[in-house]
Amino acid sequence: MRVLTSSVRRILFALCAATLPTAYAQAPAVAPYAVTGAAIVAPLGGLTGDALRGRAIVVDRQVGMCLLCHPGPFPEERFQGNLAPDLASIGRRLDAGQLRLRIVDSRRVNPETTMPAYHRIDGRMRVAPAWSGRPLLTAQQVEDVVALLATLRD
Amino acid sequence: MSRGRRNAAAVALALAMAPHPPAGAQADARRSGYEFMGAATQAMQRDDAQNPAMLWVAEGEALWKRREPGVERSCADCHGEARTAMRGVAARYPAIEASSGRPVTLAQRISTCRADRQRGVAYALESEPLVSLEAYIAMQSRGLPLAPPADARLAEARRRGGALFRQRVGALDLACTQCHDELAGRRLGGSPIPQAHPTGYPIYRLEWQAVGTLERRIRGCYTGVRAQPPAIGSAELVDLQVFLAARAAGMIVESPGVRP
Ligand code: HEC
Ligand code: HEC
Repeated sequence: MRVLTSSVRRILFALCAATLPTAYAQAPAVAPYAVTGAAIVAPLGGLTGDALRGRAIVVDRQVGMCLLCHPGPFPEERFQGNLAPDLASIGRRLDAGQLRLRIVDSRRVNPETTMPAYHRIDGRMRVAPAWSGRPLLTAQQVEDVVALLATLRD
Repeated sequence: MSRGRRNAAAVALALAMAPHPPAGAQADARRSGYEFMGAATQAMQRDDAQNPAMLWVAEGEALWKRREPGVERSCADCHGEARTAMRGVAARYPAIEASSGRPVTLAQRISTCRADRQRGVAYALESEPLVSLEAYIAMQSRGLPLAPPADARLAEARRRGGALFRQRVGALDLACTQCHDELAGRRLGGSPIPQAHPTGYPIYRLEWQAVGTLERRIRGCYTGVRAQPPAIGSAELVDLQVFLAARAAGMIVESPGVRP
Protein backbone atom coordinates (compact mmCIF):
# COMPACT_ATOMS: atom_id res chain seq x y z
CA MET A 1 0.00 0.00 0.00
CA ARG A 2 1.36 3.42 -0.91
CA VAL A 3 1.09 5.97 1.82
CA LEU A 4 0.42 9.63 1.08
CA THR A 5 3.43 11.60 -0.08
CA SER A 6 4.80 13.82 2.63
CA SER A 7 3.57 17.07 1.06
CA VAL A 8 -0.01 15.76 0.80
CA ARG A 9 0.26 14.47 4.32
CA ARG A 10 1.45 17.85 5.53
CA ILE A 11 -1.56 19.58 3.95
CA LEU A 12 -4.00 17.05 5.42
CA PHE A 13 -2.35 17.41 8.76
CA ALA A 14 -2.67 21.18 8.60
CA LEU A 15 -6.36 20.78 7.71
CA CYS A 16 -6.99 18.38 10.57
CA ALA A 17 -5.13 20.59 12.97
CA ALA A 18 -7.31 23.52 11.91
CA THR A 19 -10.65 21.73 12.17
CA LEU A 20 -10.31 19.13 14.91
CA PRO A 21 -10.02 19.57 18.65
CA THR A 22 -6.36 19.73 19.71
CA ALA A 23 -6.42 16.19 21.10
CA TYR A 24 -6.51 14.88 17.52
CA ALA A 25 -3.78 17.16 16.24
CA GLN A 26 -0.87 14.88 17.10
CA ALA A 27 2.52 15.22 15.45
CA PRO A 28 2.62 13.28 12.16
CA ALA A 29 4.50 9.96 12.29
CA VAL A 30 7.13 11.23 9.88
CA ALA A 31 8.52 14.74 10.20
CA PRO A 32 8.77 16.78 7.00
CA TYR A 33 12.27 17.59 5.80
CA ALA A 34 14.16 19.04 2.85
CA VAL A 35 17.13 17.36 1.16
CA THR A 36 19.85 19.69 -0.09
CA GLY A 37 22.75 18.03 -1.84
CA ALA A 38 23.34 14.77 0.05
CA ALA A 39 22.16 16.17 3.37
CA ILE A 40 19.21 17.19 5.51
CA VAL A 41 20.63 20.37 6.99
CA ALA A 42 17.86 21.33 9.42
CA PRO A 43 17.21 19.12 12.47
CA LEU A 44 13.92 17.20 12.16
CA GLY A 45 11.07 19.15 13.76
CA GLY A 46 13.63 21.68 15.02
CA LEU A 47 14.50 19.13 17.76
CA THR A 48 17.81 18.94 19.62
CA GLY A 49 19.55 15.57 19.84
CA ASP A 50 21.16 14.06 22.90
CA ALA A 51 24.27 11.93 22.31
CA LEU A 52 23.79 9.80 25.43
CA ARG A 53 20.26 8.84 24.44
CA GLY A 54 21.62 8.30 20.92
CA ARG A 55 24.17 5.86 22.24
CA ALA A 56 21.49 3.80 23.97
CA ILE A 57 19.51 3.67 20.70
CA VAL A 58 22.51 2.66 18.58
CA VAL A 59 23.59 -0.24 20.81
CA ASP A 60 20.04 -1.56 21.32
CA ARG A 61 19.44 -4.55 19.07
CA GLN A 62 15.68 -3.99 19.01
CA VAL A 63 15.65 -0.20 18.66
CA GLY A 64 18.53 1.09 16.54
CA MET A 65 19.78 -2.35 15.44
CA CYS A 66 22.85 -0.54 14.10
CA LEU A 67 25.42 -2.99 15.48
CA LEU A 68 23.68 -5.91 13.77
CA CYS A 69 25.29 -4.57 10.59
CA HIS A 70 27.96 -2.03 11.61
CA PRO A 71 30.99 -2.50 13.81
CA GLY A 72 31.53 0.50 16.07
CA PRO A 73 33.48 1.80 19.08
CA PHE A 74 31.25 0.19 21.71
CA PRO A 75 33.63 -2.27 23.37
CA GLU A 76 31.03 -3.64 25.78
CA GLU A 77 28.91 -4.80 22.84
CA ARG A 78 30.01 -8.20 21.63
CA PHE A 79 28.59 -9.70 18.43
CA GLN A 80 28.85 -6.68 16.16
CA GLY A 81 28.07 -7.14 12.49
CA ASN A 82 30.61 -6.67 9.72
CA LEU A 83 28.50 -6.03 6.64
CA ALA A 84 28.55 -2.22 6.78
CA PRO A 85 31.20 0.51 7.31
CA ASP A 86 32.79 0.93 10.76
CA LEU A 87 31.15 3.77 12.67
CA ALA A 88 34.34 4.59 14.58
CA SER A 89 35.33 7.78 12.72
CA ILE A 90 31.99 8.54 11.08
CA GLY A 91 31.75 11.98 12.74
CA ARG A 92 34.92 13.06 10.96
CA ARG A 93 33.83 11.79 7.56
CA LEU A 94 30.24 13.10 7.53
CA ASP A 95 28.71 16.28 8.97
CA ALA A 96 25.42 16.36 10.89
CA GLY A 97 23.32 17.06 7.78
CA GLN A 98 24.87 14.14 5.86
CA LEU A 99 24.46 11.83 8.85
CA ARG A 100 20.80 12.88 9.19
CA LEU A 101 19.97 11.97 5.58
CA ARG A 102 21.67 8.58 5.94
CA ILE A 103 19.61 7.73 9.00
CA VAL A 104 16.32 9.15 7.70
CA ASP A 105 16.50 7.52 4.26
CA SER A 106 19.81 6.11 3.12
CA ARG A 107 18.18 5.05 -0.17
CA ARG A 108 18.38 8.69 -1.21
CA VAL A 109 22.16 8.21 -1.20
CA ASN A 110 22.26 4.65 -2.59
CA PRO A 111 18.98 3.14 -3.86
CA GLU A 112 20.42 -0.39 -3.59
CA THR A 113 21.63 -0.12 0.00
CA THR A 114 20.77 -2.67 2.67
CA MET A 115 20.66 0.09 5.27
CA PRO A 116 17.01 0.53 6.34
CA ALA A 117 15.33 3.94 6.05
CA TYR A 118 14.73 4.83 9.70
CA HIS A 119 12.34 7.72 9.24
CA ARG A 120 10.24 6.81 6.25
CA ILE A 121 6.99 4.86 5.99
CA ASP A 122 5.94 5.11 2.36
CA GLY A 123 6.74 2.48 -0.28
CA ARG A 124 7.14 -0.39 2.18
CA MET A 125 5.50 -3.78 1.51
CA ARG A 126 4.02 -6.35 3.84
CA VAL A 127 4.94 -4.46 6.99
CA ALA A 128 4.13 -6.31 10.23
CA PRO A 129 1.04 -4.77 11.86
CA ALA A 130 3.02 -3.53 14.86
CA TRP A 131 5.10 -1.33 12.53
CA SER A 132 2.56 -0.15 10.01
CA GLY A 133 2.31 3.63 9.82
CA ARG A 134 5.26 3.95 12.17
CA PRO A 135 8.87 4.72 11.23
CA LEU A 136 11.72 2.71 12.79
CA LEU A 137 12.89 5.79 14.69
CA THR A 138 10.94 8.92 15.69
CA ALA A 139 12.21 12.38 14.76
CA GLN A 140 13.62 12.80 18.27
CA GLN A 141 15.39 9.43 18.11
CA VAL A 142 16.91 10.33 14.74
CA GLU A 143 18.28 13.56 16.22
CA ASP A 144 19.67 11.66 19.22
CA VAL A 145 21.46 9.18 16.91
CA VAL A 146 22.86 12.02 14.77
CA ALA A 147 24.16 13.73 17.93
CA LEU A 148 25.92 10.52 18.99
CA LEU A 149 27.41 9.81 15.55
CA ALA A 150 28.82 13.35 15.36
CA THR A 151 30.88 12.55 18.48
CA LEU A 152 32.46 9.43 16.90
CA ARG A 153 35.72 10.92 15.67
CA ASP A 154 38.12 8.02 16.27
CA MET B 1 48.96 -1.81 -26.06
CA SER B 2 48.49 -0.96 -22.35
CA ARG B 3 49.72 -3.41 -19.77
CA GLY B 4 46.09 -4.22 -18.81
CA ARG B 5 45.11 -4.94 -22.41
CA ARG B 6 48.24 -7.06 -22.90
CA ASN B 7 47.48 -9.12 -19.78
CA ALA B 8 43.89 -9.58 -20.85
CA ALA B 9 45.04 -10.77 -24.27
CA ALA B 10 47.48 -13.22 -22.68
CA VAL B 11 44.75 -14.61 -20.45
CA ALA B 12 42.38 -14.97 -23.40
CA LEU B 13 45.07 -16.84 -25.33
CA ALA B 14 45.84 -19.16 -22.45
CA LEU B 15 42.13 -19.92 -22.07
CA ALA B 16 41.77 -20.61 -25.77
CA MET B 17 44.67 -23.09 -25.67
CA ALA B 18 43.69 -24.82 -22.46
CA PRO B 19 41.53 -27.92 -22.83
CA HIS B 20 37.92 -27.14 -22.02
CA PRO B 21 37.06 -28.08 -18.45
CA PRO B 22 34.60 -30.94 -18.23
CA ALA B 23 31.01 -29.78 -17.80
CA GLY B 24 30.13 -29.13 -14.17
CA ALA B 25 33.75 -28.69 -13.16
CA GLN B 26 33.47 -24.93 -12.66
CA ALA B 27 33.82 -24.01 -9.03
CA ASP B 28 30.42 -24.27 -7.32
CA ALA B 29 30.16 -21.32 -4.94
CA ARG B 30 27.14 -22.79 -3.17
CA ARG B 31 27.66 -23.77 0.44
CA SER B 32 25.31 -25.50 2.85
CA GLY B 33 24.44 -23.65 6.06
CA TYR B 34 26.46 -26.42 7.74
CA GLU B 35 29.67 -24.81 6.48
CA PHE B 36 28.86 -21.50 8.17
CA MET B 37 28.46 -23.08 11.64
CA GLY B 38 30.96 -23.44 14.47
CA ALA B 39 32.82 -26.73 14.93
CA ALA B 40 30.74 -27.81 17.94
CA THR B 41 27.43 -27.40 16.09
CA GLN B 42 28.86 -29.20 13.06
CA ALA B 43 29.95 -32.11 15.26
CA MET B 44 26.45 -32.25 16.75
CA GLN B 45 24.97 -32.65 13.27
CA ARG B 46 27.56 -35.17 12.07
CA ASP B 47 27.16 -37.58 14.96
CA ASP B 48 23.73 -39.21 15.20
CA ALA B 49 24.36 -40.02 18.85
CA GLN B 50 24.69 -36.28 19.57
CA ASN B 51 22.14 -34.93 17.10
CA PRO B 52 19.00 -34.06 19.10
CA ALA B 53 16.91 -34.36 15.91
CA MET B 54 17.35 -38.14 16.14
CA LEU B 55 14.75 -38.16 18.93
CA TRP B 56 12.21 -36.80 16.44
CA VAL B 57 13.40 -39.28 13.82
CA ALA B 58 12.78 -42.15 16.25
CA GLU B 59 9.29 -40.83 16.92
CA GLY B 60 8.73 -40.58 13.16
CA GLU B 61 9.81 -44.17 12.68
CA ALA B 62 7.35 -45.34 15.33
CA LEU B 63 4.55 -43.36 13.65
CA TRP B 64 5.49 -44.83 10.26
CA LYS B 65 4.78 -48.29 11.62
CA ARG B 66 1.94 -47.58 14.01
CA ARG B 67 -1.63 -48.48 13.08
CA GLU B 68 -3.48 -46.03 15.27
CA PRO B 69 -6.96 -46.74 16.58
CA GLY B 70 -9.51 -45.59 14.00
CA VAL B 71 -6.90 -45.27 11.26
CA GLU B 72 -7.15 -47.97 8.63
CA ARG B 73 -3.55 -48.60 7.65
CA SER B 74 -0.13 -47.52 8.83
CA CYS B 75 2.25 -45.78 6.43
CA ALA B 76 4.27 -49.02 6.39
CA ASP B 77 1.18 -51.06 5.42
CA CYS B 78 1.07 -49.22 2.09
CA HIS B 79 4.71 -48.27 1.50
CA GLY B 80 6.71 -51.00 3.25
CA GLU B 81 10.22 -50.28 4.47
CA ALA B 82 10.89 -46.54 4.58
CA ARG B 83 14.60 -47.17 4.03
CA THR B 84 13.90 -48.29 0.48
CA ALA B 85 10.43 -46.91 -0.31
CA MET B 86 11.22 -43.38 0.86
CA ARG B 87 14.80 -43.18 -0.43
CA GLY B 88 15.08 -40.04 -2.57
CA VAL B 89 11.54 -38.84 -1.92
CA ALA B 90 12.41 -35.80 0.22
CA ALA B 91 15.10 -34.83 -2.32
CA ARG B 92 12.47 -34.09 -4.95
CA TYR B 93 9.95 -32.11 -2.90
CA PRO B 94 8.12 -29.73 -3.29
CA ALA B 95 6.45 -31.67 -6.12
CA ILE B 96 3.23 -31.42 -8.11
CA GLU B 97 0.30 -33.14 -6.44
CA ALA B 98 -1.59 -35.15 -9.06
CA SER B 99 -5.08 -34.40 -7.75
CA SER B 100 -4.76 -30.60 -7.57
CA GLY B 101 -1.97 -30.00 -10.10
CA ARG B 102 -0.37 -27.68 -7.55
CA PRO B 103 3.04 -27.85 -5.85
CA VAL B 104 2.97 -29.26 -2.32
CA THR B 105 5.63 -29.71 0.33
CA LEU B 106 6.58 -33.09 1.73
CA ALA B 107 4.71 -32.18 4.93
CA GLN B 108 1.55 -31.40 2.96
CA ARG B 109 1.93 -34.68 1.04
CA ILE B 110 2.24 -36.67 4.28
CA SER B 111 -0.77 -34.89 5.72
CA THR B 112 -2.85 -35.72 2.64
CA CYS B 113 -1.85 -39.40 2.82
CA ARG B 114 -2.95 -39.47 6.39
CA ALA B 115 -6.34 -37.89 5.64
CA ASP B 116 -7.20 -39.70 2.38
CA ARG B 117 -5.41 -43.02 2.28
CA GLN B 118 -5.35 -43.76 5.97
CA ARG B 119 -8.77 -42.25 6.62
CA GLY B 120 -7.50 -40.51 9.71
CA VAL B 121 -7.53 -36.91 10.79
CA ALA B 122 -4.96 -34.95 8.78
CA TYR B 123 -1.97 -33.84 10.80
CA ALA B 124 -1.84 -30.11 11.38
CA LEU B 125 1.10 -28.53 9.58
CA GLU B 126 4.01 -27.95 11.99
CA SER B 127 2.50 -30.37 14.54
CA GLU B 128 4.96 -32.57 16.39
CA PRO B 129 3.93 -35.89 14.77
CA LEU B 130 4.05 -34.42 11.28
CA VAL B 131 7.49 -32.84 11.83
CA SER B 132 8.69 -36.20 13.23
CA LEU B 133 7.44 -38.15 10.22
CA GLU B 134 8.96 -35.57 7.91
CA ALA B 135 12.31 -35.88 9.70
CA TYR B 136 12.20 -39.67 9.41
CA ILE B 137 11.36 -39.55 5.71
CA ALA B 138 13.86 -36.76 4.95
CA MET B 139 16.60 -38.81 6.58
CA GLN B 140 16.06 -41.56 4.00
CA SER B 141 17.42 -39.11 1.38
CA ARG B 142 20.58 -38.28 3.29
CA GLY B 143 23.60 -38.15 1.00
CA LEU B 144 21.52 -37.84 -2.19
CA PRO B 145 21.58 -34.70 -4.36
CA LEU B 146 18.53 -32.42 -4.25
CA ALA B 147 16.66 -33.30 -7.44
CA PRO B 148 13.64 -31.08 -8.11
CA PRO B 149 11.49 -32.64 -10.86
CA ALA B 150 11.32 -31.04 -14.30
CA ASP B 151 7.70 -29.92 -14.62
CA ALA B 152 6.33 -26.77 -16.26
CA ARG B 153 4.00 -26.16 -13.30
CA LEU B 154 6.98 -26.24 -10.93
CA ALA B 155 8.83 -23.85 -13.23
CA GLU B 156 5.94 -21.40 -12.78
CA ALA B 157 6.06 -21.79 -9.00
CA ARG B 158 9.84 -21.34 -9.09
CA ARG B 159 9.43 -18.08 -10.99
CA ARG B 160 6.93 -16.78 -8.44
CA GLY B 161 9.15 -17.93 -5.57
CA GLY B 162 12.14 -16.17 -7.12
CA ALA B 163 10.16 -12.94 -7.31
CA LEU B 164 9.33 -13.28 -3.59
CA PHE B 165 13.01 -13.88 -2.85
CA ARG B 166 13.90 -10.60 -4.54
CA GLN B 167 11.01 -8.61 -3.06
CA ARG B 168 11.95 -6.07 -0.40
CA VAL B 169 9.57 -6.50 2.55
CA GLY B 170 8.88 -5.33 6.07
CA ALA B 171 9.68 -2.22 8.04
CA LEU B 172 13.39 -2.93 7.37
CA ASP B 173 12.55 -3.11 3.66
CA LEU B 174 15.00 -5.92 2.91
CA ALA B 175 14.84 -8.78 0.41
CA CYS B 176 16.05 -12.34 1.00
CA THR B 177 18.53 -11.95 -1.85
CA GLN B 178 20.26 -9.01 -0.17
CA CYS B 179 21.31 -11.10 2.78
CA HIS B 180 21.53 -14.58 1.26
CA ASP B 181 23.09 -13.80 -2.14
CA GLU B 182 24.92 -10.52 -1.62
CA LEU B 183 25.95 -10.68 2.04
CA ALA B 184 26.26 -14.42 2.71
CA GLY B 185 29.37 -15.10 4.77
CA ARG B 186 29.27 -11.67 6.44
CA ARG B 187 28.15 -11.37 10.04
CA LEU B 188 24.75 -10.06 11.08
CA GLY B 189 25.33 -9.35 14.75
CA GLY B 190 27.07 -12.50 15.91
CA SER B 191 25.70 -14.83 13.22
CA PRO B 192 27.32 -15.59 9.88
CA ILE B 193 24.69 -15.17 7.16
CA PRO B 194 24.24 -18.51 5.34
CA GLN B 195 23.19 -18.85 1.69
CA ALA B 196 19.72 -20.15 2.65
CA HIS B 197 19.97 -23.59 1.05
CA PRO B 198 17.28 -26.05 2.18
CA THR B 199 19.77 -28.93 2.52
CA GLY B 200 19.21 -29.89 6.15
CA TYR B 201 15.45 -29.70 6.75
CA PRO B 202 13.74 -30.36 9.00
CA ILE B 203 16.43 -29.09 11.39
CA TYR B 204 17.03 -29.15 15.10
CA ARG B 205 17.55 -25.48 15.88
CA LEU B 206 19.32 -24.68 19.13
CA GLU B 207 17.34 -21.45 19.37
CA TRP B 208 14.06 -23.37 19.09
CA GLN B 209 15.16 -26.27 21.29
CA ALA B 210 13.15 -28.37 18.84
CA VAL B 211 12.97 -29.74 15.34
CA GLY B 212 11.23 -27.40 12.93
CA THR B 213 10.55 -27.02 9.25
CA LEU B 214 11.91 -24.87 6.45
CA GLU B 215 8.63 -22.93 6.55
CA ARG B 216 9.21 -22.04 10.17
CA ARG B 217 12.77 -20.93 9.39
CA ILE B 218 11.64 -18.75 6.46
CA ARG B 219 8.86 -17.19 8.52
CA GLY B 220 11.50 -16.32 11.11
CA CYS B 221 13.39 -14.28 8.49
CA TYR B 222 10.18 -12.44 7.55
CA THR B 223 9.59 -11.62 11.20
CA GLY B 224 13.23 -10.51 11.48
CA VAL B 225 12.75 -7.83 8.84
CA ARG B 226 9.49 -6.85 10.59
CA ALA B 227 7.30 -8.16 7.80
CA GLN B 228 4.00 -10.02 8.03
CA PRO B 229 5.11 -13.63 7.30
CA PRO B 230 3.12 -15.73 4.80
CA ALA B 231 0.91 -18.31 6.52
CA ILE B 232 2.14 -21.88 7.08
CA GLY B 233 1.18 -23.95 4.04
CA SER B 234 0.32 -20.88 1.94
CA ALA B 235 1.01 -20.87 -1.80
CA GLU B 236 3.60 -18.15 -1.26
CA LEU B 237 5.63 -20.24 1.17
CA VAL B 238 5.42 -23.29 -1.11
CA ASP B 239 6.56 -21.20 -4.10
CA LEU B 240 9.53 -19.91 -2.09
CA GLN B 241 10.48 -23.48 -1.23
CA VAL B 242 10.21 -24.55 -4.87
CA PHE B 243 12.57 -21.69 -5.73
CA LEU B 244 15.02 -22.61 -2.95
CA ALA B 245 15.03 -26.27 -4.02
CA ALA B 246 15.86 -25.32 -7.62
CA ARG B 247 18.54 -22.89 -6.43
CA ALA B 248 20.11 -25.73 -4.43
CA ALA B 249 19.60 -28.48 -7.06
CA GLY B 250 22.43 -31.00 -6.89
CA MET B 251 23.48 -30.05 -3.34
CA ILE B 252 23.57 -32.95 -0.91
CA VAL B 253 20.71 -33.66 1.52
CA GLU B 254 22.01 -33.72 5.11
CA SER B 255 18.71 -34.04 6.99
CA PRO B 256 18.14 -33.90 9.84
CA GLY B 257 20.44 -30.90 10.19
CA VAL B 258 21.41 -28.92 13.27
CA ARG B 259 21.50 -25.12 13.13
CA PRO B 260 22.22 -22.44 15.73
C1 HEC C 1 20.67 -4.03 7.75
C2 HEC C 1 21.94 -3.37 7.78
C3 HEC C 1 22.15 -2.01 8.41
C4 HEC C 1 21.60 -1.50 9.57
C5 HEC C 1 20.63 -2.16 10.54
C6 HEC C 1 22.16 -0.18 9.72
N1 HEC C 1 23.01 0.10 8.69
FE1 HEC C 1 24.06 1.85 8.39
N2 HEC C 1 24.75 1.14 6.60
C7 HEC C 1 24.57 -0.14 6.14
C8 HEC C 1 25.33 -0.31 4.92
C9 HEC C 1 25.43 -1.60 4.09
C10 HEC C 1 25.96 0.93 4.66
C11 HEC C 1 26.90 1.26 3.50
C12 HEC C 1 26.41 2.33 2.60
C13 HEC C 1 25.54 1.84 1.47
O1 HEC C 1 25.11 0.70 1.45
O2 HEC C 1 25.28 2.64 0.58
C14 HEC C 1 25.56 1.81 5.74
C15 HEC C 1 25.97 3.15 5.86
C16 HEC C 1 25.81 3.92 6.99
C17 HEC C 1 26.37 5.24 7.17
C18 HEC C 1 27.23 5.97 6.14
C19 HEC C 1 28.62 5.40 6.26
C20 HEC C 1 29.62 5.99 5.31
O3 HEC C 1 30.79 5.65 5.49
O4 HEC C 1 29.25 6.76 4.44
C21 HEC C 1 26.02 5.65 8.43
C22 HEC C 1 26.37 6.97 9.10
C23 HEC C 1 25.25 4.59 9.04
N3 HEC C 1 25.12 3.56 8.14
C24 HEC C 1 24.73 4.59 10.32
C25 HEC C 1 23.84 3.65 10.83
C26 HEC C 1 23.15 3.77 12.11
C27 HEC C 1 23.40 4.89 13.12
C28 HEC C 1 22.31 2.72 12.20
C29 HEC C 1 21.26 2.41 13.25
C30 HEC C 1 20.38 3.49 13.67
C31 HEC C 1 22.51 1.89 11.03
N4 HEC C 1 23.43 2.51 10.22
C32 HEC C 1 21.86 0.70 10.77
C33 HEC C 1 23.81 -1.13 6.71
C34 HEC C 1 23.03 -1.00 7.87
C1 HEC D 1 18.75 -9.20 7.35
C2 HEC D 1 19.28 -10.43 6.82
C3 HEC D 1 18.34 -11.52 6.33
C4 HEC D 1 17.27 -11.42 5.48
C5 HEC D 1 16.72 -10.19 4.81
C6 HEC D 1 16.76 -12.77 5.32
N1 HEC D 1 17.50 -13.65 6.05
FE1 HEC D 1 17.33 -15.69 6.03
N2 HEC D 1 18.83 -15.82 7.45
C7 HEC D 1 19.56 -14.76 7.95
C8 HEC D 1 20.50 -15.24 8.94
C9 HEC D 1 21.50 -14.38 9.73
C10 HEC D 1 20.30 -16.65 9.01
C11 HEC D 1 21.04 -17.66 9.90
C12 HEC D 1 21.18 -17.30 11.29
C13 HEC D 1 19.98 -17.63 12.08
O1 HEC D 1 19.74 -18.82 12.29
O2 HEC D 1 19.28 -16.69 12.48
C14 HEC D 1 19.25 -16.98 8.05
C15 HEC D 1 18.80 -18.27 7.78
C16 HEC D 1 17.97 -18.60 6.72
C17 HEC D 1 17.69 -19.96 6.28
C18 HEC D 1 18.29 -21.23 6.88
C19 HEC D 1 19.53 -21.66 6.14
C20 HEC D 1 20.13 -22.94 6.71
O3 HEC D 1 21.31 -23.19 6.44
O4 HEC D 1 19.47 -23.69 7.38
C21 HEC D 1 16.80 -19.88 5.24
C22 HEC D 1 16.22 -21.02 4.45
C23 HEC D 1 16.52 -18.46 5.04
N3 HEC D 1 17.24 -17.73 5.94
C24 HEC D 1 15.63 -17.96 4.08
C25 HEC D 1 15.31 -16.61 3.95
C26 HEC D 1 14.25 -16.11 3.09
C27 HEC D 1 13.37 -16.95 2.21
C28 HEC D 1 14.22 -14.74 3.26
C29 HEC D 1 13.27 -13.72 2.70
C30 HEC D 1 11.91 -13.83 3.06
C31 HEC D 1 15.30 -14.41 4.18
N4 HEC D 1 15.90 -15.56 4.60
C32 HEC D 1 15.64 -13.10 4.55
C33 HEC D 1 19.46 -13.43 7.55
C34 HEC D 1 18.48 -12.93 6.69
